[in-house]
Amino acid sequence: MEKYRANVMICGGTGCIAGGGLKIKDALSSELRNRRLENEINVVLTGCNGFCSQGPIMTVYPDGIFYEKLTVNDIPFLVEEHFLKGRPVERLMYKEPEKKITVPAMKDIPFFNLQVLRALRNKGLIDAEKIEEYIARDGYQAAASALIEMTPAEIVNVVKASGLRGRGGAGFLTGLKWELCSNVHADQKFILCNGDEGDPGAFMDRSIMEADPHVVLEGMIIGAKAIGANKGYIYVRAEYPLAVRRLQIAIDQAKEYGLLGEDILGTGFNLDIEIYQGAGAFVCGEETALMRSIEGKRGMPIPRPPFPVYKGLWGKPSVLNNVETYANIPPIILHGAEWFRGLGTEKSTGTKVFALTGAINNIGLIEVPMGIPLRTIIYDIGGGMPKGRKFKAVQLGGPSGGCIPEGLLDTPVTYEDIVQTGAIVGSGGMVVMDDLNCMVSVAKFFLEFTADESCGKCPPCRIGTKVMLEILTDITEGRGKQGDIELLEDLAQDIINTSLCGLGQTAPNPVLTTIKYFRDEYESHIKDNWCKAGVCRNLITFYIDEKACKGCGACVRVCPQKAITGEKKKPHYINQEMCIKCRSCYETCKFDSVKIGPCYVHEELPVNLAVSSE
Amino acid sequence: MPKLTVEDLKKIKEEYKSALTLREGGYRAKVTVHMGTCGLAAGARKVMEALLDEITKGDITDIIVTTSGCAGLCSKEPMATVEIVNEAPVKYCYLNGDKTRKIFKEHLIEGRVVEEYALVRGSETAY
Repeated sequence: MEKYRANVMICGGTGCIAGGGLKIKDALSSELRNRRLENEINVVLTGCNGFCSQGPIMTVYPDGIFYEKLTVNDIPFLVEEHFLKGRPVERLMYKEPEKKITVPAMKDIPFFNLQVLRALRNKGLIDAEKIEEYIARDGYQAAASALIEMTPAEIVNVVKASGLRGRGGAGFLTGLKWELCSNVHADQKFILCNGDEGDPGAFMDRSIMEADPHVVLEGMIIGAKAIGANKGYIYVRAEYPLAVRRLQIAIDQAKEYGLLGEDILGTGFNLDIEIYQGAGAFVCGEETALMRSIEGKRGMPIPRPPFPVYKGLWGKPSVLNNVETYANIPPIILHGAEWFRGLGTEKSTGTKVFALTGAINNIGLIEVPMGIPLRTIIYDIGGGMPKGRKFKAVQLGGPSGGCIPEGLLDTPVTYEDIVQTGAIVGSGGMVVMDDLNCMVSVAKFFLEFTADESCGKCPPCRIGTKVMLEILTDITEGRGKQGDIELLEDLAQDIINTSLCGLGQTAPNPVLTTIKYFRDEYESHIKDNWCKAGVCRNLITFYIDEKACKGCGACVRVCPQKAITGEKKKPHYINQEMCIKCRSCYETCKFDSVKIGPCYVHEELPVNLAVSSE
Repeated sequence: MPKLTVEDLKKIKEEYKSALTLREGGYRAKVTVHMGTCGLAAGARKVMEALLDEITKGDITDIIVTTSGCAGLCSKEPMATVEIVNEAPVKYCYLNGDKTRKIFKEHLIEGRVVEEYALVRGSETAY
């Protein structure tokens, strides 16, 4: 094998590839050839590194130097300076947003050094398309132990003792699920993997499948042995083409090496795994709907019991676990249950992966010990809000979850504590919102999603979410009535109580939590015709505070309607008839003199707002 | 491709270990070749080539080679710094391929500093 003096890990996650990562890899390879360094420097395309907001990114080992926001034009200079002359290029390194300090090494960047990588332990460290690199990081060692040295009952006991809970959202004990299925006698059982991640803004599972596809296979092999299955399916949505491709490569390599197929590692154990591509329906993330979809039927949930561990895919006992759950299995087998429990809390053990997105500086994928306070995630790892904006809420658990306000930011991230707030840990989507977000609109956004994705089987979910959505639309467009909030709460309770599956049972959560924590916003929409965040156009008037306006003219230049007039260094005015409420002036003004007022009917406009263009 | 056994898994792991030592850290020794303009002009590439050649020939997995810029003593180039973990770094000067190979064998493998080529103990810090 070739010996290299440096390894360049280029991020090949979906985010960085969209940013031009592959072009950068090509440019780098050809520049290294030009400089005759191709035998000294190894270029490796990895899966998602996690720091998506800084992409395209690369990390250079052994020094661990982290380069960000690269362009093809940076490459010749980078190669000459860093790889030829040994001078890392400072201008391409990470800069801390607050202190403006350059941080050369990845391990010193707060975004990375506060994380604990277990499920993501191989991210950015291996070539996702080379099984050998996975094996070099102890890959398939756990599968070998499970197949050769352990009985199904021993595997079940270790997983149970670890306290690992399903990472897909429900948080059911994985070991218990395996035990139930393991105890059923059947001629055929199935081991299934749920890669049908569908929450808006969530990309945990996609990143694992792209960065470390073999860990999913290894977790499934161990699970298959535990329950006695010989056939497995990975259900991935077709919108994840890179994940599908890398998983398929991984399956082919594993088969070639005899790590899948018949007589795995000479143990006599057989397991075949196939990928099944879903069409991206949100409801197919629900276990019974997912199984119907694999059977070739329309993806709709069926009543439980019987639970899938007894009657699942094609009526056979089946275990379905989420991608991240499987990624946790091999280390549990290798290091033991006690090691796994070493992080987290009594009932929420281990780590959890979150996709951090929204109004936050460090957008990306993170893995943190369970029990860490939300505040640490948002301010220390996430780096706080951009442009010094004020935090308003964090949405956890996607369309099934809820919004958590500032006052509850010290809540530890565990299954039990998050549920107390009305949100759920869910699969790990974490959307941060600042003061520019209207909470009624946020609730409406998530309800639009669930109303659209409802499979239509249960009327409370199909019709109920639609009616709730109509009420929310009325509120955001200025047609809200007294009693709407109470009606929403009533409907929500009914939908929760009478829907068959998790989609309907949780769809009202975003509405309920926003009413719980931001009721005043709903009320000001309904009673005062005022969306204080300035989002709902029918419920706002932009006006200029005469006392604060310095007459600098910045707003005049950005107004697309030329609706703002005024003499230099004198207070300016907005012509309300011309204003299209695009917020440009509001976001541009450096003196906070553009204010958001309630929507006035024209006759009622106060004198200082009524100045027309004449 | 024949089917793997548990032994094969271990072999593959060993074979790929050196690449991962670079990425994970956990190396025993690090050699820094100073490759500023002065170093390159004086023949630092020969030093680098000799080091990589020795590592390949000896199938070494726990020694890494890296580069840095000009060390500020341009008249004494080519220079290299050898750092064995938990020992003070040693800077060598006026190197060529053969001297490098000797340093590799005696200092990096056998652990004896090659006094005749050594300039100083200690190192400047780069990134």
